[in-house]
Amino acid sequence: MSRQSVAKAHQKIQELSWEPAYHEPVSHYGTDYTFHKAQKKDPLKQVLRSYFPMQEEKDHRVYGAEDGAIRGNMFRQVQERWLEWQKLFLSIIPLPEISAARAMPLLFRTVPNPELHNGQAIQMIDEVRHSTIQQNLKRLYMNNYIDPAGFNSSLRNFQSDYCGTIGRQFAEGFITGDAITAASIYLTIVAETAFTNTLFVAMPAEAAANGDYLLPTVFHSVQSDESRHISNGYATLLMALSDESNHQLLERDLRYAWWNNHRVVDAAIGTFIEYGTKDRRKDRESYAEMWRRWIYDDYYRSYLVPLEKYGLVIPHDLIEEAWNQIWNKGYVHEVAQFFATGWLANYWRIDGMTDKDFEWFEYKYPGWYDKYGKWWENYNRLATPNGHNPIALEDVDYVYPHRCWTCMVPCLVREDMVMDKVDGQWRTYCHEACRWTDAEAFRPTYMGRNTPNMGKLIGSREWETLYHGWNWADVVSDMGFVRDDGKTLVAQPHLNLDPKKMWTLDHLRRCPPLQSPNVLLNEMNDEQRAAFVADYNRQGPAGRPARATA
Amino acid sequence: MTATSERSVPKPEFTDAEAGAKVFPDSNSRQYNYFKAQKRKQSHYEDVTVEVQPDPRHYLSQGWLYGFADGKGGYPLEWTVLKAWGSDRPVPERGPGSGGQGYEWPAHGWHEFRDPNEEWELTLYRYNANVVRQLNQNVEAARQAKAFEQWNQNWVDFVARHVGAWMHVDHGLGLYLFANANRRAPTNMHNNAISVNSMHRIRSAQDLALYNLTLTEEIEGFDGTAHLSTWNDDPAWAGVHETAEQLTGVWDWCEAIFAANVVFEPLVGELFRSNLVQQAAPANGDFVTPTLVGAAEYDYAERDLRYTKPMFRLLVDDKEFADHNKKIMQQWLSDWVPKCIAAARAMQPLWSQPDARPPRFEDGLDRAKSRFAGILSDLGLQAPKELSQ
Repeated sequence: MSRQSVAKAHQKIQELSWEPAYHEPVSHYGTDYTFHKAQKKDPLKQVLRSYFPMQEEKDHRVYGAEDGAIRGNMFRQVQERWLEWQKLFLSIIPLPEISAARAMPLLFRTVPNPELHNGQAIQMIDEVRHSTIQQNLKRLYMNNYIDPAGFNSSLRNFQSDYCGTIGRQFAEGFITGDAITAASIYLTIVAETAFTNTLFVAMPAEAAANGDYLLPTVFHSVQSDESRHISNGYATLLMALSDESNHQLLERDLRYAWWNNHRVVDAAIGTFIEYGTKDRRKDRESYAEMWRRWIYDDYYRSYLVPLEKYGLVIPHDLIEEAWNQIWNKGYVHEVAQFFATGWLANYWRIDGMTDKDFEWFEYKYPGWYDKYGKWWENYNRLATPNGHNPIALEDVDYVYPHRCWTCMVPCLVREDMVMDKVDGQWRTYCHEACRWTDAEAFRPTYMGRNTPNMGKLIGSREWETLYHGWNWADVVSDMGFVRDDGKTLVAQPHLNLDPKKMWTLDHLRRCPPLQSPNVLLNEMNDEQRAAFVADYNRQGPAGRPARATA
Repeated sequence: MTATSERSVPKPEFTDAEAGAKVFPDSNSRQYNYFKAQKRKQSHYEDVTVEVQPDPRHYLSQGWLYGFADGKGGYPLEWTVLKAWGSDRPVPERGPGSGGQGYEWPAHGWHEFRDPNEEWELTLYRYNANVVRQLNQNVEAARQAKAFEQWNQNWVDFVARHVGAWMHVDHGLGLYLFANANRRAPTNMHNNAISVNSMHRIRSAQDLALYNLTLTEEIEGFDGTAHLSTWNDDPAWAGVHETAEQLTGVWDWCEAIFAANVVFEPLVGELFRSNLVQQAAPANGDFVTPTLVGAAEYDYAERDLRYTKPMFRLLVDDKEFADHNKKIMQQWLSDWVPKCIAAARAMQPLWSQPDARPPRFEDGLDRAKSRFAGILSDLGLQAPKELSQ
């Protein structure tokens, strides 16, 4: 047994499947795609005899490094600015991982090629690996990093918080709706193939530069599995392409999946890499530079474009628009500014930017200081409680934004915000592509074609709605983002752990009540709404109010 | 002299960001505080597993964000007819000004399940890597000792046909029942345990397939394709074949796991493995096959059944729905026991095929039934009258 070649062994395990003679396996999930049975090759070519020892060996390396980090007092060199953002990231990521495991069965009956199911089952257990290995890393941070608050309440926080909700799309999009849209196009073709590069390669590199070599240890180990999953997606995509009736759906799903991944992942990872780092060497890559390399060149030009000859309609316009958002419209900077504006509703501490940071941003993104510098100076000025309110409730030339109904990131590039009445409700969207996703793509008909298996956007998608009219102290208490003295907030707009410098519920009690922008929007009459949109589109950059018209 | 320019690398800084460096609110709160441990202290397994899969009944204040075409998102409780306490309470309605509170954790009884195997990635890879390493060594040692030369022709045929046929059961159930069910259960603890169960079965199927390949290479005249015709056409396997396919067709995830692990495995799986192959092999000069089949037996008896029992025992003892659940499980027993007994009886001709016979089929079946009755007793369920068939 042990002497056989992988190819021979793999060929042999193809004999395991059989055509049902008496009863078909249960069919729990539907798709509007059409697949035809055809002999396919399992792209993973993975045999469990070698797979389990390989993964065990990778584990040895990961856990050995974790022991070493603790013995070597790694946390004496870790930048708090960086580790604080990990409270957000590591609260989100185990759910997408485990959701990817849960997504694999969506493909068993919808893609009727048993050769591919072996690879999907291995991906399933890989994802169980990722989810639990990441939970374990977070546990290690909680036990060994100076401030455990936010790690210790991680999964409750994530499930209550507006940032967690943004990240949760990256999980729920894998497991519901049309099986191929979810488990193949959104998960493997776009999320894994395009965006795990920035998630699991670019971001860990930044962690290492901030004294944390455990994030790269764990996530590079994870990424070595992702590269196999990409092959799973590719095989399914080629099968889908072989039936022309699928092309329209593929075009729809690539547009949705690409744009949603860009909105969600670039918002989060871009912020972590640009605003969570202390490494301000001028020759280190900015997020925009990484994005250009990993996503534009490696994914778009090397992976997607060659598929055009097979009939895949590639959303060139949205790919260029994503770059336009990042490079010209300051998408990542706008998001980071918003996360910092809303610090009081978070469960991690956000360090302010310093002169050294300003210099780096100006070098990498010319014109940055004119747009964002003054606001960050105000952020520092208002960081410790001194009779004033949190920055979100002070006059710093920033208009609190409306939330995008689809991607749930606020509508931060103000000129792009669009409004529509959908399902009887006025909704704001950060971009036309997000409006299209809600109003046109996620519907039971698409361009005149019945799409009965397409999923739905559901839930209370605007976080502020839940707390409309509430006092901020009650909001934070309700979410549970309070430390063990019963009054100090988990979140702080600085890194000073002197209790006298930390914000408490008492400070929030005197703030004006929280107002839901969406509730207010729906209370307006048509004329007021038209004026609101016109004004909103003239706001920005950096959330500035619209200038008065001459 | 060559000038060396300074390399651009990040500069480590002393930050003193380690635990205990300062005292402040929460500085000593170093355990996950969003769930209650099953025992006095939170286990490592619980820390990496509990609450990863959310539930709008307690914390998920904005609810599920994506739904199927019927508007259901996440992991609907009604994907099984069994119920745990709290299942009938409505999902908290949240709207303008409602706040985000749900029911107090755990909100319903499904969240009380813990896998006694405490499976997470570290344990599952260690366990399965050990199994495949040991099996490789066993087969390699037998090959070098030319142990297969001791087998008589009837035993060679038996292994090629019947031991080989079992790989299809493992593969089919591993993929289309267990892997499929890992999307269906309402908590992460259930779904992780089920996914590990799935990998045991798929690994075991591959173990048998690759063993079959080795024997094809090592034994002249060993028919490496005989398992396919046996599985598809041998009347002795038709009952097992049909029952396995029926198991993969079950809609309700609890019924699928129950029928497979509580009924099918003791009455058919253990009957075949422990009461036929393991008994017949030694007398026919085969000390290798029992090591593979024994690994699968351990998977089931010591790992898969071990999580299955508390999973269903919780529901049998449920403070709100015990009677409801017991009634349904008894019905499942009445449905599945006759099918499995019939499948087992159809295999009877296998007992007379080896030259050195194993103990009688009826004795083996009695042992399997007795074992099955013991499992039901552990679960607090009654053996159905169909067991006497």
